[in-house]
Amino acid sequence: MDTMPVAVRGLNYSYGTGDMARPVLRDIDLTLAPGEIVLLTGPSGSGKTTLLTLIGALRAVQQGSCAVLGQELLGAKEAQRVALRRRIGFIFQSHNLLGFLTARQNVAMALELLPGLTEAGRLARAGAMLTSVGLGDRGEDRPDRLSGGQRQRVAVARALSADPGLILADEPTAALDRQSGGDVVRLLRDLAKQRGVPILLVTHDPRILDVADRIVAMEDGRIVQADGRTASGPRPGG
Amino acid sequence: MKPGLNALFLPLRLAWRQLRAEKARLASAIAGVMFACVLVFMQLGFRAALFDSASALLASMRADIFLMQPLTTASFRPETFPRARASQALALPEVWAAVPIYMAQTTWRNPENGSRRAMQLIGFDMEAGVMGFPGLAPLLEALKRPDTIAFDRRSRPEFGNVARLLAERGPFQGQLGNHRVEIVGLVEVGASFGADGNAVMSEVNFRRLTTNRVATTVDLVAIKLVPGANRDAAIARLRQVMPGDVMVMSQPQLVAHERAYWENGTPIGFIFAFGSLMGLIVGMVIVYQILFSDIASHLREYATLKAMGYSNGFLGRAVLSAALLLAVLGFIPGLGLSWVLYAVVGKATFLPLAMDAIRAVGVFALIFSMCAAAGFLAMRKLRDANPADMF
Ligand SMILES: Nc1ncnc2c1ncn2[C@@H]1O[C@H](COP(=O)(O)OP(=O)(O)O)[C@@H](O)[C@H]1O
Ligand SMILES: [Mg+2]
Repeated sequence: MDTMPVAVRGLNYSYGTGDMARPVLRDIDLTLAPGEIVLLTGPSGSGKTTLLTLIGALRAVQQGSCAVLGQELLGAKEAQRVALRRRIGFIFQSHNLLGFLTARQNVAMALELLPGLTEAGRLARAGAMLTSVGLGDRGEDRPDRLSGGQRQRVAVARALSADPGLILADEPTAALDRQSGGDVVRLLRDLAKQRGVPILLVTHDPRILDVADRIVAMEDGRIVQADGRTASGPRPGG
Repeated sequence: MKPGLNALFLPLRLAWRQLRAEKARLASAIAGVMFACVLVFMQLGFRAALFDSASALLASMRADIFLMQPLTTASFRPETFPRARASQALALPEVWAAVPIYMAQTTWRNPENGSRRAMQLIGFDMEAGVMGFPGLAPLLEALKRPDTIAFDRRSRPEFGNVARLLAERGPFQGQLGNHRVEIVGLVEVGASFGADGNAVMSEVNFRRLTTNRVATTVDLVAIKLVPGANRDAAIARLRQVMPGDVMVMSQPQLVAHERAYWENGTPIGFIFAFGSLMGLIVGMVIVYQILFSDIASHLREYATLKAMGYSNGFLGRAVLSAALLLAVLGFIPGLGLSWVLYAVVGKATFLPLAMDAIRAVGVFALIFSMCAAAGFLAMRKLRDANPADMF
């Protein structure tokens, strides 16, 4: 199990403390295999985002085991969590690019955390990454000159540029139209597959279920269905 | 670049890129810092100028040691002491000369328009050559004549343009108190707090002008030592032999005593310190506002950086860097503007306003601290950038 990029066992989580404590995750077991693309679905409020922030080391684990890229997060210190985040690529619902930086500088921000890179090396690598998301010629543009789909592609490039061991994405298509949403997710899948990076992706969007190796459904803080279907299999009602 | 340097350079560069992106906001932040800078420079400049001018008369007296009545708080209203103290001082072998100095205030009539104004009279024995004001030497013979004075060319203009009158018609008649006096020439003393015009005259002429004074009392005694004598040792010996009605002071001590009166005995020092503080507080609030709203409007971006693995320390350094960049960017034009204002205001007010390196460094330190404080306050807002709330 140590070799699994994500290994969650018996995870419980509550918001609030004491009498105000409200459990939102109950006894979660979840494993991601190397290179595996897992979609997390379920109704709003079922706890998907909370689970993602725990795996992403953005929140402190309260109970149960949560090992990510070999780092046990139960009882992990803030510095350990910060270090782990550097090895994870995050993609958010909105692109969250820094408006005062160019696309290339935004991607290079993820590389500034890596030791041993020169500024020229960072910019070259960021440029190459932008080319691989099809934006090689937009590197000097600021986000406000890009379309929604292009911005999210820059965010994909930023998430992948530092060679992360895991990609976490929360409804990355929610702010995009149908066409560009599908394009971004398929691009993300293709790049991740080339690199063998596993993805845990939360989505409501039925149009992108086909990118998954496996779909995990949550309801009311529990995993209700974890099926091992392949990307080619049909989904009932999907 | 070394990793250690990167930890400072990268946040600084990020801060600069963010500041630069919004030109209008950057301009208003710089204007805020510049405003604080100019305010502090002007307050400190006025303060120094007033204290300098307060002691200008005493600072222009060239002698080694002075005797003064201990109750004298400021030279414009001296307490008198027996003239015999001067002769007693002469008994010491290292004392070469001891010259009594007389000071009084009386009214001067402006020779151009007849208006009256209080003027400081300074009388002493010119023969001894102890007291040297610039310009005095060539007037020594003329000042021996009865009822003659030398006019301080640095008196305020309300005393009349005596320099021009002298140039046009040579020595001329003027009025001091109820006496007619002949103005024979110009010396340089400097307007001071207590008196913004001065007249220098011989001991004898001083007596003729101030008939209601007891002739055996003096206001100050200036002592010149024989060449090579040790000043501090002489001061110690004089303190031993002098009775309690005089204080023995070096010239710097005398000047410091006078300054201390104006600094501590009047609210003047407080007023300027208060003014400077207000400038710094206003500047800090402006810088804080700019930094705070910068963080508040970019909370998502800061939270994203935290999610990517940027530490709180890195982002804190970015905010502090922004503050310190504003300090530098605001200080430079602030220094330039203050320099110009010193010249303009100094000309208009006759105050010796001058920029000096120590003050510039001091003000920069204040502005730097002001911006750093604003940065530290604004940094608290970073805590609201919680990456867990990003999804
Ligand atoms: N920061 C928070 N504090 C308190 N309750 C929260 C917080 N975030 C989410 N919740 C609650 O936890 C439950 C799960 O939320 P979430 O993980 O966002 O679900 P999902 O992503 O599946 O919509 C919801 O009932 C939500 O209201
Ligand atoms: Mg959610």
